[in-house]
Amino acid sequence: MKDLNSMSKNPINAAGRAANNFSFFIWDIVSLFFQVLHWLFIGPFKGKAAKRDGIFEQMVFVGVRSIIIVSFISLFIGIVLAMQSAYQLEQMGAVIFVTGLVAVSVTRELGPVMTALVVAGRVGAAITAQLGSMKVTEQIESLETMALNPVRFLVVPRFLALLIMLPALTVIADLSGIFGGFIIGTLNLNIDPHLYLDLTKEFLEWKDIYTGLLKSAVFGVIICIIGCYNGLNTKGGAEGVGKATTESVVTSFVLIILADAILTAIFYFAKV
Amino acid sequence: MFKKAKVDSEPVIEVRNLVKNFGGRRVLNGVNLKIYKGEVMVIMGGSGCGKSTLLRHIIGILKPDSGQVLIEGKDINSLKARELDKIRLKIGMLFQSGGLLDYMTIKENIALPLTEHTNLDKNVIDIIVNLKLSMVNMRGMGHLLPSEISGGMKKRAGLARAIAHDPSYVFYDEPTAGLDPVVAGVIDKMILDFSKKLSVTSVVVTHEMQSVFRIASRIAMLHMGEIVEVGTPRQIKASKSKLVQQFITGSPDGPISFSQLGDDYLTELTKK
Repeated sequence: MKDLNSMSKNPINAAGRAANNFSFFIWDIVSLFFQVLHWLFIGPFKGKAAKRDGIFEQMVFVGVRSIIIVSFISLFIGIVLAMQSAYQLEQMGAVIFVTGLVAVSVTRELGPVMTALVVAGRVGAAITAQLGSMKVTEQIESLETMALNPVRFLVVPRFLALLIMLPALTVIADLSGIFGGFIIGTLNLNIDPHLYLDLTKEFLEWKDIYTGLLKSAVFGVIICIIGCYNGLNTKGGAEGVGKATTESVVTSFVLIILADAILTAIFYFAKV
Repeated sequence: MFKKAKVDSEPVIEVRNLVKNFGGRRVLNGVNLKIYKGEVMVIMGGSGCGKSTLLRHIIGILKPDSGQVLIEGKDINSLKARELDKIRLKIGMLFQSGGLLDYMTIKENIALPLTEHTNLDKNVIDIIVNLKLSMVNMRGMGHLLPSEISGGMKKRAGLARAIAHDPSYVFYDEPTAGLDPVVAGVIDKMILDFSKKLSVTSVVVTHEMQSVFRIASRIAMLHMGEIVEVGTPRQIKASKSKLVQQFITGSPDGPISFSQLGDDYLTELTKK
């Protein structure tokens, strides 16, 4: 480590070091993910299942407590989306298409992504702060000395909670986003309420919904793994916890958008 | 009042040539130490001399750069996870800050090793937990959270958890640091009680001289990552080593120096 540090003034070495650190980071993230899978699918057959009592608590924290903020934000996303698209479509006299545009963009894109970003800020940060403060107060080490694996004990319940609750929250976000569009469509654009709902059903396909939910499940995995990784690798007291939390939120945001782009490209080119 | 523990003749824990570097700085520089069954081995040394690091190597939380740690003749760093877990079930550890899980009550914390590693009935576990709580004078406080009790109580609760599963080896990381003299005396007495009544082998890391001579069957003095002297309290008191004598008396002048050499100081001051 020391010789690498002293070479950091040379830009090529600095770049090399950054690439080196980055590849370690990727390796750690992937190995944490596989450890979680190990405890999920292989652990139970060796008589060591994940902590079941922790999962329910985590689901309440991740899911139920996020309902209000997620539906609030999606409602306004739906309203804004309806107004912005109406502004364009009015010029072509095609205001009626607001119905489909809102429904499809919310379910395919904005619902899953906005929900994931909100949950990354709320839950991902909390996960890192919790695990980080446990790390700096020797609680993680104390689990290890009691022969209790921190991944099985702390990460797996959070993983399951996010994997289940993020798609569930996305369904709520989809509904309230469409409702936001419905408000503008019926009150402002004078579309008949029945017609609005019928058109929404007509434009919306099942694949729009399930590709959105598939995305949100992937985002859930990202939030959990990044949050837990940063928490378990926190160093240096209260300041370290703050730093790890910030890092966790920023990294999650970037990876969520990146994963969104990749998944959207796959769905687009595979015509799903 | 502080009657010493009896010592057996076979070494149960052996540290061989342990070396550890942290970011280019050598923290442990070839440590050798034998710990015998039933004794209270006290590792003393100044702050930052590597004594907590040594303890973390013995319980296998940290991996050495080179060297071995043998517990009951097995090198714990070459063991598989499952075998290491088996050894850890024989180990109890009291962390500096107690290491209690902050989302669980004191009772749940103490019950944790039992609920996770045994098939005991809930009622039996309750009885054991109450027994351990009364051993550390904390009867009736089991329902409190770690955040609701004082530092001294956290250490006592941590002690109760460390002995909950009747371990053969108990490790203490600064058990009396930051406590008032009476509570420190109480904890010292408990450490001695455990080694006599439960016949455990204890390893205590501390720099509180009063504690050292009260509880130790043997003392190892650690300085700059090396063991400079090992012996019974009487041998250590009579030691000719200036280092040991300075540490016992707490004199600011001697081989343990806090001021830097003239040349180093000059280069550091003038460094740009």
